[in-house]
Amino acid sequence: MLSVPCPWCGPRDETEFRYGGQAHVAYPPDPAALSDAEWAGYLFLRDNPKGWFAERWFHAAGCRRWCNTVRHTVTYEFGAPS
Amino acid sequence: MTAHPDFLWADPEPKRGYEVVVIGAGGHGLATAYYLARNHGISDVAVLERGWLAGGNMARNTTIIRSNYLWDASAAIYEHSLKLWEGLSDELDYDILFSQRGVLNLAHSLPDVRESVRRVNANRLNGIDAEWLTPAEVKKLVPIINTSPELRYPVLGATFQPRAGIAKHDHVAWAYARAANRLGVHLIQNCEVTGFRREGSRVTGVETSRGTIEAGRVALCAAGHTSVLAQELGFRLPLASHPLQALVSELLEQVLDTVVMSNAIHVYVSQAHKGELVMGAGIDAYNGYGQRGSFHVIESQLAAAVELFPIFARAHVLRTWAGIVDVSPDASPVLGLTPVENVFVNCGWGTGGFKATPGAGWVYADTIAHARPHPLAAPFTLDRFTTGALVDEHGAAAVAH
Repeated sequence: MLSVPCPWCGPRDETEFRYGGQAHVAYPPDPAALSDAEWAGYLFLRDNPKGWFAERWFHAAGCRRWCNTVRHTVTYEFGAPS
Repeated sequence: MTAHPDFLWADPEPKRGYEVVVIGAGGHGLATAYYLARNHGISDVAVLERGWLAGGNMARNTTIIRSNYLWDASAAIYEHSLKLWEGLSDELDYDILFSQRGVLNLAHSLPDVRESVRRVNANRLNGIDAEWLTPAEVKKLVPIINTSPELRYPVLGATFQPRAGIAKHDHVAWAYARAANRLGVHLIQNCEVTGFRREGSRVTGVETSRGTIEAGRVALCAAGHTSVLAQELGFRLPLASHPLQALVSELLEQVLDTVVMSNAIHVYVSQAHKGELVMGAGIDAYNGYGQRGSFHVIESQLAAAVELFPIFARAHVLRTWAGIVDVSPDASPVLGLTPVENVFVNCGWGTGGFKATPGAGWVYADTIAHARPHPLAAPFTLDRFTTGALVDEHGAAAVAH
C-alpha cells in the first residue's frame, strides 16, 4: 500500500486516491493542426520509465483535488513534487 | 543410477553473432525461437535473458488458458493458441500438464449477463466452444460456490468454455527450451541487454552484460520491460507497466475442478495440480516495476473469493508476488514491425500473456521470418493507434486492466 503525499491533506493511504497517470501532458494548443500520428501520440503515448516518474493522483476520498507527485517506479518512494 | 538428471538445455557461451536475437527468455521468447527453427528453418537464433530462463512473468502468472474473447481478431489469435496448446505435450514430447477443465466467467448484474451472452454468441460465430450457464448449472459444476441470491453480488449465471483450462507454466517453458535447444537455438541466461549498435536505419547488434552480440534481426519479447528497450532504440510504445499480483494458498484436497473467474467482483481462482488455490485479481493502478503490489488488492480479491467460496475462509495464504505486465490502451497486444527496420516487437499482452504463449510464438516467428505481420498479427500492429482501428478488449478480456 502506497502512502501518497497529498499536498493539502498530508500522506494518506493509496485507497483514498484515483491514479491519473503521467503528469504534465498538456492538451494540444491547436488540436486541428495535428497529424494523425501526433494526435495518436497525445492520446496513447506516455512515458513508462523504470525510475523517477512525474504522475497525477486524485484524492477522491479526501479533499477531492488533483496533485502532482514524483515517484520511483522500482522502489515506490515519493520524491519532491515537480 | 545417475546422480543428477540430464540438463534439458545447454548453457553455451554467446557466439559473435546470430541471424536472430530474441530478447527475453520467457514463454513467448522461447516459443518464438522454437517456431523460428521448426517452422522457418531459422535456427541461428539466440534467446538472451537477463536473469534465469522463464523466471519473470512466466513464473508469476496464474496459468489460465482460454480463447473466449469478444472481437474476431482476438478470438482468432487466442483460438490459434488454444489449438496449439491442445497438441503441445505431444509436439514437444514433454508433459506440460495441460488440463482442459473449463473456465467459467461469472455474471453478477444484468449488464454482466447481457455482455456474457453476447460474448457466448460471438465465440460461437467464431467456432469457439462457449455456453451460457444458469446459476443452477454453475452450482452443479462447482458445488462449493455460493449461488445464494442473498449475496451482495449474486451469481446470475456464467459463460463456460469447456476446452479452456490450465497448464504447468514451468513445464511449458522447459519443454519449449529443450525443443528449441535441440533445433540449435542458443539459450543464454545472465545476459542483460544494455544497449544497441546501429548502422543507419538498422540495428547491427546488441550490447549485453556478456559483450557485444551481432544480430541480423532483433525480436523484443520482454513483456513489462519492452518499453525500456524501445526507449534505448529511440521509439515509444503505447504501454504502461503495472504490477499484477497473484497468490497461492497452502495445499488443499481437491475442491475445485474448473477455473472460476469473476470480473465484476474481481477474483479468479483455480486449483493447481498439487492442490494450491491459485488466485489473482486486477493490476495495481500505478505504474511500477517493483514486482510487488499493494495489499488492498489482495484484501479485496480475498474478500470476493470468500464470499463466493465460503469454505476458502479457512485456507491460509502461503505466498503473494507480482509480475510486471505491459498494458496497452486497448487491452490488446502489439505485434509486428517497429520504426527500426530490422527490429520486431511482441508486447502489450497485459494480464493475458500466458494463454497466448504458443500462438504468439507462432505468429511472431512468422512475422520475423518474413518481415511482415502474420495474418493473425495484422490487426495488432503499432499502426492501429494512428489509424484508430483499436481492438478494444477491456470488457471481454474478463480482467479489468
